[in-house]
This record gives sequence, structure tokens and C-alpha cells, in this order.
Amino acid sequence: MNFELNEEQQMLADTVERLVRNTYGFEQREAFYQSPQGYSPEFWRQLSELGITSVPIATDYEGFGGTGVENMLVMKELGRGLCLEPYLHSQVYAAGLIQQLGSVEQRQKILPSVASGEQLLAVADEEAGTHFHPEASECTAVPCERGWRLSGHKRVVIGGELAHTILVTARMSDGDGVSLFLLDPAAEGVSRTGYPCIDGPRACDLELSDVYVEADALIGPAGKAGPALAYQRGRALAAQCAEALGSMEEAFRLTLEYLKTRQQFGSPIGRFQALQHRMAEMRGELELARSMTILAACVADDPDSSERSRRLAAAKFVVARASELIAEQSIQLHGGIGMTWEYSLAHHAKRLVMLTHQFGDDDFHLGQYSALLEIPRQASRQVA
Amino acid sequence: MDIHFTPEELAFRSEVRAFLEQNLPADIAEKVRLGRRLSKEDHQRWQKILNKQGWYAVNWPVEYGGTGWSVVQKHIFDEECAAAGAPRLVAFGVNMVAPVIIKFGTQAQKDYYLPRILRSEDWWCQGYSEPGAGSDLASLKTRAERDGDHYVVNGQKTWTTLGQHANRIFCLVRTDPSAKKQEGISFLLIDMDTPGITVRPIITLDGEHEVNEVFFDNVRVPVENLVGEENKGWTCAKYLLTHERTGQAGIGLSKAALAHLKDIAGAETVAGRPLIDDPLFRARIAEVEMRLMAVEMSTLRILAATRDGGVPGAESSLLKIQGSEIRQAISGLMRKALGPNALPFLEPELEPEFDGEPLYRDYSASPASQYFNLRKLSIYGGSNEIQKNIIAKQVLEL
Ligand SMILES: Cc1cc2nc3c(=O)[nH]c(=O)nc-3n(C[C@H](O)[C@H](O)[C@H](O)COP(=O)(O)OP(=O)(O)OC[C@H]3O[C@@H](n4cnc5c(N)ncnc54)[C@H](O)[C@@H]3O)c2cc1C
Repeated sequence: MNFELNEEQQMLADTVERLVRNTYGFEQREAFYQSPQGYSPEFWRQLSELGITSVPIATDYEGFGGTGVENMLVMKELGRGLCLEPYLHSQVYAAGLIQQLGSVEQRQKILPSVASGEQLLAVADEEAGTHFHPEASECTAVPCERGWRLSGHKRVVIGGELAHTILVTARMSDGDGVSLFLLDPAAEGVSRTGYPCIDGPRACDLELSDVYVEADALIGPAGKAGPALAYQRGRALAAQCAEALGSMEEAFRLTLEYLKTRQQFGSPIGRFQALQHRMAEMRGELELARSMTILAACVADDPDSSERSRRLAAAKFVVARASELIAEQSIQLHGGIGMTWEYSLAHHAKRLVMLTHQFGDDDFHLGQYSALLEIPRQASRQVA
Repeated sequence: MDIHFTPEELAFRSEVRAFLEQNLPADIAEKVRLGRRLSKEDHQRWQKILNKQGWYAVNWPVEYGGTGWSVVQKHIFDEECAAAGAPRLVAFGVNMVAPVIIKFGTQAQKDYYLPRILRSEDWWCQGYSEPGAGSDLASLKTRAERDGDHYVVNGQKTWTTLGQHANRIFCLVRTDPSAKKQEGISFLLIDMDTPGITVRPIITLDGEHEVNEVFFDNVRVPVENLVGEENKGWTCAKYLLTHERTGQAGIGLSKAALAHLKDIAGAETVAGRPLIDDPLFRARIAEVEMRLMAVEMSTLRILAATRDGGVPGAESSLLKIQGSEIRQAISGLMRKALGPNALPFLEPELEPEFDGEPLYRDYSASPASQYFNLRKLSIYGGSNEIQKNIIAKQVLEL
């Protein structure tokens, strides 16, 4: 076991950290949020110039060939800066799906321009009734001459408003598994309704009415995208844990600093033991979250197994609980100031809480873990 | 001992329910149910309806236009109002400054201000907190200096809830800077139209304009606007805070929120099945419901034990903590029930005027915003940490 970063990894972490610090001050972030695009194309260009957009993409497709560890290093800094760009959904999740399911031609056609940052992707896998279960999609894909016709309503597609290509889940007929299609959002029959999410990044709903896609829009075998979706959601949630970790570290730092400066009753409020203990608890949870983020990063690219699934579920569970605790308590320990739009802390709190609403919340992962729980023989005999 | 309601109490409940059915405007109830913002006009419309019935000043003595209701009646009234979707009353006038005026004010103050509150002619806001004086309220610095038959007020208040609607503010001001902290403070009633007052919005994390900063620059306030004695304002301030806290247990609101949560959990589906059928989520709801039951019983029990109009002492701190934590827990489950559908931030759908098609469901726009907004419950009216300090000191004598 080795918890140290190698030289190259340390350089990557430093580069992203510096870039975020220099270009993503809180006021700039607010300006990006208020702009019509809702993010910073300039920042995205810089990420691309430094090769950061290529980190999760395989070297065969002009990527950097990073693993879960490299993704973690990038996402942690993007989380610390509350960045609004759809890195997680485009570079990690969507690109991962294409890498895993796509044909060589599809990969060659799409991935290099994703690695360079020119092409943005998004995944449309949630619907009104899916709620973290993309395999329950009710969108339909009806075979037609030289392709398919897609219909249905997709919800909260993060980064979907900007994406040049959207990966859409649909099923061909009842009882069949889910399939994945490449969709050009400019195609006839697609309508996008964009909006900001409460934690900042923009998303959209997609209405698909009998949208024609060509035969080669299908990624991977028909009806068999379920396992790849589950596997790639695992990679995405590992990266998302890192995003949360960066944000938690920053929220914790701001709160600690505040406790040392805010004076009430003639002393810094950090002198009050009740608050000291609260901070100590938060610090403990933060430490657990850090460990689980590292664990998740290290197993994210392992071959599929129940052990990998268990560890990823455990990571998201622990990180989601820590995120909520740190979000709620940092506001509480700040008093009124912690609730104001003008202060970055409130936005960290929102990001931390709302990250639990993507790729499964604590309850979802508690369920996943319970289902995979290893029961020693002896215990099952006792129960019987 | 008998925890059942008496036949009189049950009859009272029916009377309240019938009144609400006939008089609560449907558009207002709808906004409340869906967690939309309410306009000033919405609040005033409802206050006037209640006042016409004689049910607005629930906590006032009968001789001033109050109801004279028992603790149990007030509880039933709150519960029915919340269940029907009546707006939560903005407390600053009717339930904060009025009890202070009744207890400490001059006859002239009572004659002038109380009827204006009853008729919704005045909208009051609360000028206690300052940038440097939050939990440590007694360290407030806003200065009032005597100049003939006026006080001249200079300083700043902050977190002033709905100050943008108000035409009056009650303020704690320092009249004797040389005295010990609590002893040089006075309680002043100030007209918001007086020259020298500036109100600036503070936007909260949910994008809402609910609180403000209020600046005072040589504001001249007639001396007859002093309530109680000069330098004895802390007594008024504390009296008001116990009133404020008691109202904050918010049992009726929690019950209404819980019912709404069940509706949402019934309507949302997880992998095609109603969320309410998910055993884990169901258990989460059951857990808050059981706790709420305990908090409700405790509130009734503690309030019933008090004599002077249902204002207990340090016990109100216990109720404030429990009540606020339950409400926050329910708001957390409400957001959680929506899963990914909680993410969109649809401000137009939260506005009082909104009558368009919702992006998703009519109930889906507000839970996440509400959850963040309700963080305030454990901060204001004396933070939950301060309540615990009070319990440690006054109840436990530690
Ligand atoms: C939405 C909202 C509406 C409000 N409306 C009004 C209003 O209308 N009028 C008005 O006057 N005020 C209002 N307030 C202000 C409110 O009363 C204060 O925010 C509150 O008293 C806390 O003060 P503070 O924000 O300065 O936090 P601080 O006092 O700075 O507290 C920061 C943290 O330190 C903790 N702390 C402080 N002292 C101690 C201690 N001795 N022991 C342990 N912990 C301690 C607090 O609990 C908190 O967690 C409002 C606040 C909010 C958020």
C-alpha cells in the first residue's frame, strides 16, 4: 500500500490548483454563473490548453490516460473552486460510457475532440420516475428504416444545454434492457429547456418527440447498456466524491477561520467548547470522507466485481453523510452570515448537499451496499 | 390525567375548521402548500380576514382585542391553520411588539399602536441584531442620544426580516454607553419614514430577499416612542424573546409539512415504483413522525404547566431546539424525496405571481430552496447553541 502521489500526479494537482485559484475567485464565479452560458468558456479553454480536459480519456484517443487517482486530483480542485463546468459529466461519465461501449469508429470519431475540450458531452439518463435507476428508463427507441426513432422526456441533464452530443438512454420494447444512443441535440424533434441548478451548474430537460437517429447512433449492443451505465456511474461517483472533498475542505477552512475571528461575548467564538467539539466532529468526518475518496479513486477502474461495487457504495455513503454534516454545520457555525448569497460558504453548502442528488444519495447507496452485504455462513445459519 | 381533547375542545376544532374552509382564500392556501413566496398583500389580506373574526391577536388579553383562548385552543388553532395552508403570521407586530406594548407601554402607546396592528395598518420589523451583536445581543452599539424631546439615533441593524415591507421598526438602542452592557439599553419605536433611515436588501442563499440591513443616520425619534423606562429596555427585550421562542416550536407547521412530504413521496417514483413504498424511505418518514409526536406532547405539556398566558421560562429553549430540528429534518426529507428532481433552481416558479406551467410538478420547485432557507430556524431567535447554554445555566444550574 502506498498513499503517496508520484511526481507527475503532484504536478497535475498543483497545476489545477493554481489555475483554479487564479481564475476562479468567488466574484468571478458569480459572474460566470450570471452569464448566459452559466460557465466560463475561457476557463474551459485553459483546462484544455493544459491538457486537463484530456486526463480521463485513454491515450489511444489522444487522451492522457489518467486513472481514478488523476480524476480525483482534478475534481478535488474543481470542487474547491466551486467550478461550474461540466467536467464530471462530460469528461468522466459520458466519455467513459463511449470508451466502454462504443465501437472503435465511434470512439475515434468522438473521443479526440472531447479530450481536446472542443466537444462537450452530456448523459441523459434520468427521467421523472428513474430516481438514480437509469435502467428503469421509459423512453422508447422504435426501429425504423436505417435507424431509430426516440421519444420520451429526460430530466435534469447536467451540462445538457451546452453539450454538442448527448448520450440518451431508451428501451426498444418492454421487458428489454436499456440501450444508449448518441443524440445531436439540434436534431428535429428535440427541445431543450435550460435552467440553473440550485448549486450553480446549468442543466436542461429534454423533450424527444419521435426523433430520428441513424443506425450508428446506437452505442454498444442493443438492450445491454445497463452494466456499463452502472460501472461508469461508479467511476463518476468516485470522481464526484473528490469534488465533494475539495468543497468540504474549503467549507471547513472558511469555518475554522471564522471561528478564530468572529468575536461575541468578548472572545473569538472558537473559544466556546461547544463549537470546538462540533469542529472536532466535522474534522473526523472529513478525515473519513478523505479516506473513502482515496479508496474510491483507487478502485474506480478495477474490473467490475461486488467488492468494487461495495467499496464505491460505501464511499458515496460516507461522503454524502459528511457533505451534509459539513454543509449544515458550517452554515450554523457562521450564524446569519453563512446564509448569504454574497459569501462563498453558502454556495459550498449548496454544492455539498446537492451532490448527494446525483449518482445516488446516502439511502440509495445504503440499499446498494445492503444488497451486496457479505453474510458469513455461520451468521446465516443462526438466522435460519 | 387524560390526553384526549374534551368535547368543548373538539367543538372548537370543528369551528376553526369550518371557518378556514369558508374564509381562507384558495390562492393563498395554494401558494403556502407549494412553498411559493407570499406577497405583502397576501399576508395582509389574511390578517384582515382573521381580524374580522376576532382571531388575529390570539395571544393578547381579551380587553385589548385578544381571544382569551387556552393553551390547548391556541394549539388546535395553529394546527388547523397550518393544515389548511394558512400563511404563518408575520410575528413582529401582533406577536412581538404588541405584547411588549401591552406589558410595558403607556396608555397613549396602547391606544395608538394596538388598533393599528389589529387593522394591519402598520407592518413592524425587528431591529435587534447588529453586525457585531448577534448572539451577544447586549453588546449592541446603535446609539440614541437625547436632544430636547427627541432621541437622535445613529448606527446599523441587520438581518431585519421583511424590513422592506415595514413602516415601523422596534429597536434596541444604547442610551447609556457608560453603564454595564445590559443596563444602558432602551426599547424604541421608530417610524421607517423618518429621514436618515436607509434599508438595503441582503439576498440569502436561496436567492430570496427576506432580510435587510437598516442604517440610521441622525434619525430623530420623539421621546414618547420610548417603551418602558430609559435604560431598562433589556427587560422588554427578554420578555419579547421568550414570546418569540415559544411560537417557534412550529408544531402545526411541522405537521402540515409532514403531510406534504407524504404526498410527495406518494407521487414521486423510484424505478417506476412509488417512493412511499420504499421501506427505507418510509422508515425515515416514520422516524420523524414519531419524534414530532413526542415534541407535540412535550409542547402541550410544558405550555399547560405555565400560568401567565403560556409563556414558559427556560423550557421554551427546549421546545425551540426540538421544534426547529424537526422542521429542518422534514425539510431535508422533502428535498431528498425528489432525488435528481430537486436540482433545478426555478426562481420564477417560486414567485407569488407565478401561474404558468411548472417545469416538472407543482410541488417540485420549492423543497430544495426551502431546505436551505430553513437553516435559519436554528440560527435566529437565539441560536440553538445559545438555547443550550440557557438550559445548562437555568435548568441544569451548571
Ligand atoms: C433569516 C434570518 C432572519 C433574521 N431576522 C432577524 C430580525 O428580523 N431581526 C433581528 O434583530 N435579527 C434577525 N436575525 C438575526 C439572528 O437573531 C442572529 O443571526 C442570531 O442571533 C445569531 O447571531 P449571528 O448571526 O451574529 O451569529 P453569531 O452570534 O456570530 O454566532 C455564530 C455561531 O457561534 C455560536 N455561538 C455564539 N455564541 C456562543 C456561545 N456563547 N456558546 C456557544 N456557541 C455560541 C452561534 O450559535 C453560531 O453558531 C435573523 C437571522 C436570520 C439568519
